[in-house]
Amino acid sequence: MKREQLVVEKIKQATPDAIEDSNDFRGEQTLFIKMNRLKKVCTLLRDDPTLQYNFLSDVTADDLLPEFPRFAVNYHLYSIPHKHRLRLRVLVEDPEKGPQTVGDIWKVGTWLEMEVWDLMGVSFKGNNHLRRLFLPEDWQGHPLRKDYPLGYEEVQFSFNWQEVDAKKPYAKD
Amino acid sequence: MLTSGSDTIKELTVEELRAKVGTGMTIEDAEEHMLLSMGPQHPSTHGVLRLLLELDGENIVNLAPDIGFLHTGVEKTMESKTYTKALVMTDRLDYLSPMSNNLGYVLAVEKLLGVEVTPRAQVIRVILSELARISSHLVWLATHALDLAAMSVFLYCFREREYILDVFEMVAGQRMMVSYFRPGGLWRDVPEEFEPAVRQFLDFFPAKIADYEALLKNNPIWLQRTKDVGYISADDAVSWGLTGPSLRGSGVDWDIRKAQPYLGYDKYEFDVPLETDGDVYARYRCRMREFWESLRIIRQALDKLPSGPVNISDRKIVPPPRSELGHSMEAVIHHFKLWTEGFKAPTGYVYNSVESPRGEFGCYIRGDGSPNPARVHFRTPSYVNLASLPQMGKGVFVADLVAIIGSVDIVLGEIDR
Repeated sequence: MKREQLVVEKIKQATPDAIEDSNDFRGEQTLFIKMNRLKKVCTLLRDDPTLQYNFLSDVTADDLLPEFPRFAVNYHLYSIPHKHRLRLRVLVEDPEKGPQTVGDIWKVGTWLEMEVWDLMGVSFKGNNHLRRLFLPEDWQGHPLRKDYPLGYEEVQFSFNWQEVDAKKPYAKD
Repeated sequence: MLTSGSDTIKELTVEELRAKVGTGMTIEDAEEHMLLSMGPQHPSTHGVLRLLLELDGENIVNLAPDIGFLHTGVEKTMESKTYTKALVMTDRLDYLSPMSNNLGYVLAVEKLLGVEVTPRAQVIRVILSELARISSHLVWLATHALDLAAMSVFLYCFREREYILDVFEMVAGQRMMVSYFRPGGLWRDVPEEFEPAVRQFLDFFPAKIADYEALLKNNPIWLQRTKDVGYISADDAVSWGLTGPSLRGSGVDWDIRKAQPYLGYDKYEFDVPLETDGDVYARYRCRMREFWESLRIIRQALDKLPSGPVNISDRKIVPPPRSELGHSMEAVIHHFKLWTEGFKAPTGYVYNSVESPRGEFGCYIRGDGSPNPARVHFRTPSYVNLASLPQMGKGVFVADLVAIIGSVDIVLGEIDR
């Protein structure tokens, strides 16, 4: 049996309702996993001796605006013994109530989820290290979201010096 | 430490600082232990990395990395550029091996487009990425040795790196920010002098490696500073997501060039250096032995460098050569369309990873049918490798932490992105 089918079979055996959808694009297998089944599926993928997805490469989020559910979180798994990659994709309706953390399955999960929370604003249940990582602590918003403007610094010339200066956030006397 | 609100600036108290930065660490004994901020302006953190240390005398009880001082929003910026223009952002991630970043990005774009480059372009890409690996390892060795007070190694390594940067300048016109690999091939073919220059490098470099080995390999000071320091077991290394030579120093045999070959790496004969000790010295040995393997690959690649075009013939992706613009209306149209609008990539998402000098450099791209990527994400090896630093650094002396940071080989440009 091909590895792609084996993964699907194994997951279906353990949790029949976990896989919502799947696709194959450019030879990459993607499984859409139901959000509340993610943890169970991940544990199975890591521990099953025929699968052994022991390496979590990456966690990243997509903002699919204007679609609903708006957010999708990708888990890129790799099996070092079997040399196989797999992508789990979880659709998240409410970014405040995101998927369960995978930090206790692969230790690096906590660290990767911190980045997703900081830049995309998808939270992870059970990860209590979520804090501003790249951005200053008092930053508002999550810059990788599609409704967050790219932003720029207005150039100060002599004719608009006062105008631009009034908007600058620094202590004035 | 200062924080800027919308209109006020106030200084944080120590308690607030602990609460904000220290959420990743628990203060174990607040009365006796000292909280020390190492960096961001510290020569041994290889950039603007700040480490918050909880110290019991000279011993580290706990540590938490604080990053983001170099954050420039690369991923966000790339969403507003075409696939070709976004390429220049990738040079600036890992500024010690821009070729590897270019490679990781263009391979992902090519995967999304479903094209494969010509054999000549593939071989040139292999040669240049292996040269980039050598130059990056040279900077690693130089700074790692400098951190541990071996000053002369630094000078020798930078001398040889200069030669490689000259080769990069010869092919790309730039020493560091090369942007040489383009979706569909290369910026242009390598000049005639390229092959003799690289062959000359192959001739003189082995003696230089012997020099570095003579300076460090059996040096008692070096051995004392690196042996049994910063140990991480194979299981921990995998779970913490370590990749590259840092992972192979713990005895895990995983090199993407071997496991999932790209650019025809399966047609080259080379070994993957493995060490089993999992300490700073083992990671040092792994990288030193990689010099030899890279040289082997470059030699084989030069020997079989095929002739032919370096770009694919699809004019919807690669602009026409300058010579055609004078007499072909179609070429002018393609040129105009490519440089004003860019090419459109299909809807879908791909993840492609390459073995950069630091480990797995992954690139996730989601296309939505427009000329701009809808989402680009980089899985940068330095960022993920940093996660295991608290694991390796607990219980060691502050001076040993310097050795550990050097052995993981981080580049802050790619951590903060």
